[in-house]
Amino acid sequence: MRRSETLVQWSLALVALFAIAALALIIIFIFKEGSPIIARLGIVEFIMGTKWSPSRGTFGILPMILGSFWVTLSALVIGVPIGLASAIFLAEMAPSGTSRILKFAIQLLAGIPSVVFGFIGLVILVPLIRQWLGGPGFSVLAAGIVLGIMILPTIVSVCYDVFKAVPQAYREGMIALGATRWQTIRMVVLPAARPGIIAAIILGMGRAVGETMAVIMVAGNATKIPVSLLEPVRTLTSNIALEMGYAVGEHREALFATGIVLFIIIAILNTLARVVARVEKV
Amino acid sequence: MIEVIPEPMGDIETVKAKDSAERNNNRIPERGSAVKIQVRDFSFFYGDHQALRNINLEIKRNQLFTIMGPSGSGKTTFLRAINRLGDLIPNTRHKGSIRIDGVDVYDSGIDITELRRNAGMVFALPVPLPMSIFDNVAYGLRMQGTRNRKKLEEIVEKALQDAILWDEVKDRLSDNASRLSGGQLQRLSIARVLALEPEIILLDEPTSGLDPISTFKIEELLWKLIDRYTVIMVTHNPLQAARIDSDTAFFLTGEVVETGSAYDIFTRPKDKRTEDYVSGKFG
Amino acid sequence: MTDRRITLLFAGITSLTLLTLVFIIGYVMINGLPGLTLEFLIESPREMGRAGGVLPAIVGTVLLTAIALIIAAPVGILTAVYLTEYTRDSWLPRIVRFGTESLAGIPSIIFGLFGFLFFVIYLDLGWSILSGALTLSVMILPTIVRTSEEAIRAVPDAYREVSFALGSTRWQTVTTVVLPSAKPGIATGIMLAMGRAIGETAAVIFTAGSSLRLPRSLLDPTRTLPVHFYILAREGISLENAYRTASVLILLILAINIAAYTIMDRLAKKEG
Repeated sequence: MRRSETLVQWSLALVALFAIAALALIIIFIFKEGSPIIARLGIVEFIMGTKWSPSRGTFGILPMILGSFWVTLSALVIGVPIGLASAIFLAEMAPSGTSRILKFAIQLLAGIPSVVFGFIGLVILVPLIRQWLGGPGFSVLAAGIVLGIMILPTIVSVCYDVFKAVPQAYREGMIALGATRWQTIRMVVLPAARPGIIAAIILGMGRAVGETMAVIMVAGNATKIPVSLLEPVRTLTSNIALEMGYAVGEHREALFATGIVLFIIIAILNTLARVVARVEKV
Repeated sequence: MIEVIPEPMGDIETVKAKDSAERNNNRIPERGSAVKIQVRDFSFFYGDHQALRNINLEIKRNQLFTIMGPSGSGKTTFLRAINRLGDLIPNTRHKGSIRIDGVDVYDSGIDITELRRNAGMVFALPVPLPMSIFDNVAYGLRMQGTRNRKKLEEIVEKALQDAILWDEVKDRLSDNASRLSGGQLQRLSIARVLALEPEIILLDEPTSGLDPISTFKIEELLWKLIDRYTVIMVTHNPLQAARIDSDTAFFLTGEVVETGSAYDIFTRPKDKRTEDYVSGKFG
Repeated sequence: MTDRRITLLFAGITSLTLLTLVFIIGYVMINGLPGLTLEFLIESPREMGRAGGVLPAIVGTVLLTAIALIIAAPVGILTAVYLTEYTRDSWLPRIVRFGTESLAGIPSIIFGLFGFLFFVIYLDLGWSILSGALTLSVMILPTIVRTSEEAIRAVPDAYREVSFALGSTRWQTVTTVVLPSAKPGIATGIMLAMGRAIGETAAVIFTAGSSLRLPRSLLDPTRTLPVHFYILAREGISLENAYRTASVLILLILAINIAAYTIMDRLAKKEG
């Protein structure tokens, strides 16, 4: 009896190691493919280089890093206030039945494929921007708006959970002092939820940085450093997706190297989110 | 000195008086001669916290043995040490031994699942497994490997009859067990254990969640069971211990303070702490 | 600002979020549903997708998702069982958990790159349904592990206690009591993973290819609905068909999400 139980335990452990094996393989293969060129060019050349020109053998990804940066920032500017406000409404203000339905609806938003978001951006947002704000329409702004909408579910659901986790005793203390609901939220719930909110923002950032298809469809994909919101831009992810189909040799290696940079950035963001959420847990 | 408060129900008094008289006349003289469970210097630790200190007890075969004491006194820990359910909690260790028929339950050669079938446990809060009444009672048998449908049906029926539940459920064996009432569920829990034909039955505050009528039914059932089983019952209610009127051990903060017949403990307690407990000064 | 006005403000902002959802789904459906005929669903595309239907894409989507789930579901559930039932706080489960959480954060394009390098090239499976499905299975694994773990943890400990006390081994307890109780939660998790797999594009393009032909074996390349949709839209091949394809995709995902939440809701009602 005891022997078969040990067998079960070790078999399960083996199965469970699939996840870590996959992770290891991912890291190994991508780094193996992309690091030679980084070694050859030098990491500074690669990351700070401002020209991406595969035909000439120039591989600088600074424009893409900045592109990702600006697009993500815009996405946060749009997505965080709206998402936070929605989460506050759902967690603190709405009656529970309504709240549940609305939460479900917002989760539905998360289920819509990114290509659909990109498409709507392409068909509606881009012409709108072109007409009313100028520029080609394919822009940082377009990508920012689309991504901002796409990260809403993440922000809303994480913030919602964080608010729900704030002990009721905090609120009761305020209410006993005669505070209104908004005062209670502002003075007690929000401060208590701050680390979780920050974690939500970082997670949203991670999602935005990692998004590919939607961005390709609306961002314009020009490989120059953007100087205004209305200019077309290329992100790290679009860089990979756009050229992977036909890249060979050094070009392909450079794309994998871009993947390495992307991977590291996201790994840092995810770790940061976890640390923030844990560190400030009083 | 505590006065044993008689139940305001005529029937019970008669039954109790009858049983008492029979017991005193040694109705079954051979009963209680062999030692079934021998506990020697048994200590149990949750991490650094010592929950049981040098327990020494002897529980005889076919005996009803009551363990009473206030909450936190280690009664449940002790009960769970017998069938090694305490093993499920991480970071526990023990010293000393608990021997059933001379074999230490913590012996390395022991088959734990066999041990637990042999020393069946009924919990304080009756929990039906999420399945039908029949499947609940047959569960242990199936885990043991019994597959024959006919055999299962036979054993299930017998177990339910022994647990005085058969008549109430015989027409709805395939109903989900959660439909039963508290008292019925507890008798179902007993049937579950009886189906495995154990030698020992361990009951952890079996009636604490039940109404007085169900409580009485189960207490009555316990006395019927000792024909074939050794029954150990834990209670935190001294009145119940008095009512049950069996050999009793008083536990306090992990130690056995006193043992003896219920009559002796309640009318002539040897230890001051026992006297305080039975007179209601604490607990 | 009075409390009431503030509440209204927040309600307004929240409705903005929902309106966006409604708008997106509505806009696509309004443009796409009218042309959604049975022919569209069962015909193959002609002229690169300018005409004809989306049958290969539907077949591709179904096959890819099904195989990905067949691989990921058992692995994910068993991993969740391991993490909840079989470990004390030793080093192994911590590594496993680190693995699953890290996988969860990796963007789909990286999975695409990995799948391409490992399955398509290294294992020489080529652009194929198999490559795509294997890649997807790794992608959805964390989702299944996380939701299964939640569902398993929600099973009351009392069940386990009773089961052990009746002489069952841990594995018996898991298979006869814990997993059956956790079934609704696990099913919901699988459906959510299904939804994710169906909508995935970046990881699929680089592993399953984008062939327009109906696949005849698991080693054939194929297009999935989102890939087809992406190509139609971006190459400007046929706006009409793009809308129609998107509508099929959205309907599929809506159906799955609603099913998943109905199960979860029913489960919540039963416990409560």
